[in-house]
Amino acid sequence: MTQAAPITAVAARLRSALPADAVIDDPTRLATYDCDGLLHYRVSPALVVLAGSADDVQLAVRACVEQDVPFVARGSGTGLSGGALPHADGVLIVMSGFREIREVSPRDQRAVVDPGVINLAVSGRTRPDGYYFAPDPSSQQICTIGGNVAENSGGAHCLKYGFTATHVLAADVVTPDGERTTLGTTAPDAPGYDVLGAFVGSEGTLGIATEVTVRLLRNPQSVQTFLAGFADCNAAGAAVSAIIGAGIVPAAIEMMDALAIEAAEAAVSCNYPPGAGGVLVVELDGPEHEVEAELAAAEHHCQEAGAFEIRVAADDAERQAIWRGRKSAFAAVGRISPDYIVQDGVIPRTALPEVLRQMDELAAERGVRVANVFHAGDGNLHPLVLFDEKVPGQGDAAEDASGAILDLCLAHGGSITGEHGVGSDKAKHMPKMFTDDDLDTMQLVRCAFDPQGISNPGKVFPTPRLCGEVPGKRKAAHPAQQAGLGEVF
Amino acid sequence: MDLLEDLRSHDIDVRAGTSDDAVDGRVPRLVARPASTEQVAATMRAAHAAGAVTVVRGNGTKLRWGAPAPELDLLLDLGGMQQLLEHQPGDLIVRAEAGMPLADLQEHLRSSGQRLGVDEPVAGTTLGGLIASNASGPRRLHTGTARDLLIGVTIVLADGTIAHSGGKVVKNVAGYDLCKLMTGSFGTLAVVTEATFRLHPTPAASGWATVQVAPDQLEPMLERLCRTQLAPAALEIDAPPGESVTIGTLIEGTVAGVPGRLAAARAEIADHAELRDDLDWPWRYPFSTDGTQSGLKITCRLGAVATLTAAATNLGLHVRGSAGTGVLYAAAPSAAGPADLADALTSLRALAADHGGSVVVLDAPRELRGAVDVWGPVPATAIMRRLKEQFDPARLLAPGRFVGGI
Ligand SMILES: Cc1cc2nc3c(=O)[nH]c(=O)nc-3n(C[C@H](O)[C@H](O)[C@H](O)COP(=O)(O)OP(=O)(O)OC[C@H]3O[C@@H](n4cnc5c(N)ncnc54)[C@H](O)[C@@H]3O)c2cc1C
Repeated sequence: MTQAAPITAVAARLRSALPADAVIDDPTRLATYDCDGLLHYRVSPALVVLAGSADDVQLAVRACVEQDVPFVARGSGTGLSGGALPHADGVLIVMSGFREIREVSPRDQRAVVDPGVINLAVSGRTRPDGYYFAPDPSSQQICTIGGNVAENSGGAHCLKYGFTATHVLAADVVTPDGERTTLGTTAPDAPGYDVLGAFVGSEGTLGIATEVTVRLLRNPQSVQTFLAGFADCNAAGAAVSAIIGAGIVPAAIEMMDALAIEAAEAAVSCNYPPGAGGVLVVELDGPEHEVEAELAAAEHHCQEAGAFEIRVAADDAERQAIWRGRKSAFAAVGRISPDYIVQDGVIPRTALPEVLRQMDELAAERGVRVANVFHAGDGNLHPLVLFDEKVPGQGDAAEDASGAILDLCLAHGGSITGEHGVGSDKAKHMPKMFTDDDLDTMQLVRCAFDPQGISNPGKVFPTPRLCGEVPGKRKAAHPAQQAGLGEVF
Repeated sequence: MDLLEDLRSHDIDVRAGTSDDAVDGRVPRLVARPASTEQVAATMRAAHAAGAVTVVRGNGTKLRWGAPAPELDLLLDLGGMQQLLEHQPGDLIVRAEAGMPLADLQEHLRSSGQRLGVDEPVAGTTLGGLIASNASGPRRLHTGTARDLLIGVTIVLADGTIAHSGGKVVKNVAGYDLCKLMTGSFGTLAVVTEATFRLHPTPAASGWATVQVAPDQLEPMLERLCRTQLAPAALEIDAPPGESVTIGTLIEGTVAGVPGRLAAARAEIADHAELRDDLDWPWRYPFSTDGTQSGLKITCRLGAVATLTAAATNLGLHVRGSAGTGVLYAAAPSAAGPADLADALTSLRALAADHGGSVVVLDAPRELRGAVDVWGPVPATAIMRRLKEQFDPARLLAPGRFVGGI
């Protein structure tokens, strides 16, 4: 008698316990899960489970443990590094249907949510009470809290308020050995190792979050937003340095270069200052008295740095108008280039002028263009490498430029990813940033959580399987944007 | 090779331990004072080969914290590693050796109008000690703790391996965040030798708005203050047993902004209580940290701060701490014996657990710490034990000091 394939045994186990429509093995339907936001990597999973509860997740993980089958969690699949890329012989555990807000406690400044809850839904629920959930990835209309936790996601306002790790107090998880445990407590400073801190940002490799306790912040009393136009990015960068040097921590300070402005203009007619070679979107929030003082100072620093136009939003509608150009910038790039790669790298902010100059050079050498949109306050760059796949050699040149940008970030003491994660895409770059000993030490954490190595294997850490693979290419807009669901930062 | 010879052969400053080096009453056989990460690695390789139980020391201000120390072979003194390695004011980051005193670092940063956004509840704290204990004070409401500020570490594992995590940019999600695992690990996982922190600008102006309320008015007042949009840097309470409770709101910001916010803070509370601006802030723990007094750390959800405070003061404890984050400290009366402490822990732990928190004995005389469960129940200890097993399989680093016998 031949032994049934492990995946068959897992499927049988899950079918016996879950509703029929929660277990998918029809190849056509499996194929709809074959990638996340990094469309270039595609793998159909062997089996998909639509989880609706922690019990479902535990059941699925246990079945995988018994058969030594890999599993991958998936939220909304908006990740930009191939973190939710399925495993061909494994189970994809889809969390997006597991989405109830369990508890909101304004007095405690906490909410308890299912992992499949959409990021924006949390603030949507708590704003009327005067509170919000701070991490604001620009995919926030579609991405899940579980995905945010896994990626330690950031957003424009993380400069002042911190990333997801700062805003998560506790998580119930199913660990890769099939056990359930709570990491952290509702109160801060849970005694013991900060296993929650290790879990946040682990990209699904240390288990699956089934419930998340998040911190809520009080809505700011006052918000002021302005747009400043400069002749070039160096002048805009000097303004950023002056603002930060003056001890002001803006809620957000975002920069776009000429090419990014051109794209945004083409896409959403954002009406940014004509002739600007660089614009800043600056947002200040907090107590009225403070914001007034900071607004005056920030405007002054922009003028000093050569801003030829400053527009302060008079109301919410004007604020939205200012943000519209910035928020549409990624998607808008599709208007000026048939193909593009979204890069995510970090540099010390003061290295900005030098890095921008070198980036121009390396792009020119390779015959591609780079549009720049970035979180200027914390040096998180999102260079968009523009190319035309139909022109022979351009695809390779763009990939080469994209990799060279990461090398440039590292040469300046930065990082290969600020918020999109390592995933499948950048595992091969990890050895440029970390020594073998560093990576082996990180593996100690992996082994403590996942001795069998079945939780999202092949992600984050380099394996031979990923060697020589190409960085992600994006064809025009992400399906989510095309559906009008999300804007790309 | 004998440990002493081995260390000497690597040119490491090493000597026999004396009573001055005692950790929690235990005199180490040897004291090594390495001068670099490489020397720490050589020291740990030698200790590992010799199976030497090792305790890491910064400035020794919190070495008693945790369960009683084991018999130790080696005291690894980081006092020889106090260098500031890099300060980039424009990038608001600083990198320094772990033995550097926090006060020295703050002094250096002052001239550029910046600070590491943590308080120093125990004077003399080193950066390594700050990370290992995750000690914090009032400003944690605004700038968090070492957990939130540490962006890069160099560590040496129990077998001498040198590893790094994070980097020197604030935003970085490449690889597992070992900074978080080191924070609050009490020297039981690895030796932190270098740390990179994000900095904050030092506010140009600050002031406290302070009131006193009757104990039964604490919750309504805290509820009001937690809901304001004043964005205070700290919201503290001080509650001695049987007396009224002092509440302090610290406003920090610009010269132009602070007076208006302070006035708003005073207006918020003035109708309800007596303003007192002459009080003795800033803040220390409510217990002395010389090992003669028992001090607890109590955490809970925000809405239960008044409840926990009432319960603790009713037991005769003096409570003080961060009412805006749910992290409180309590001093047991000097006369409290093991049975009193155990009883207080039992009742407070039950209550704290009901409110999402915990109670830990931070500091206490050794015999008391030996007699009670210092850490109390901790979730996820199975994973924590496996982490210890992975990082320090021979259990050389401060064995028995940490939660669940780690
Ligand atoms: C238009 C657009 C804009 C974006 N803007 C930003 C931005 O501004 N900032 C930013 O940081 N990111 C941004 N992203 C990236 C992405 O949205 C975030 O990484 C997001 O957090 C992913 O959430 P998700 O639910 O889509 O997760 P998925 O893509 O489904 O999964 C991401 C990772 O999380 C794991 N995972 C999912 N759920 C769980 C769970 N419950 N437990 C454990 N692991 C889990 C997966 O295995 C995978 O490794 C953007 C993406 C798009 C498409």
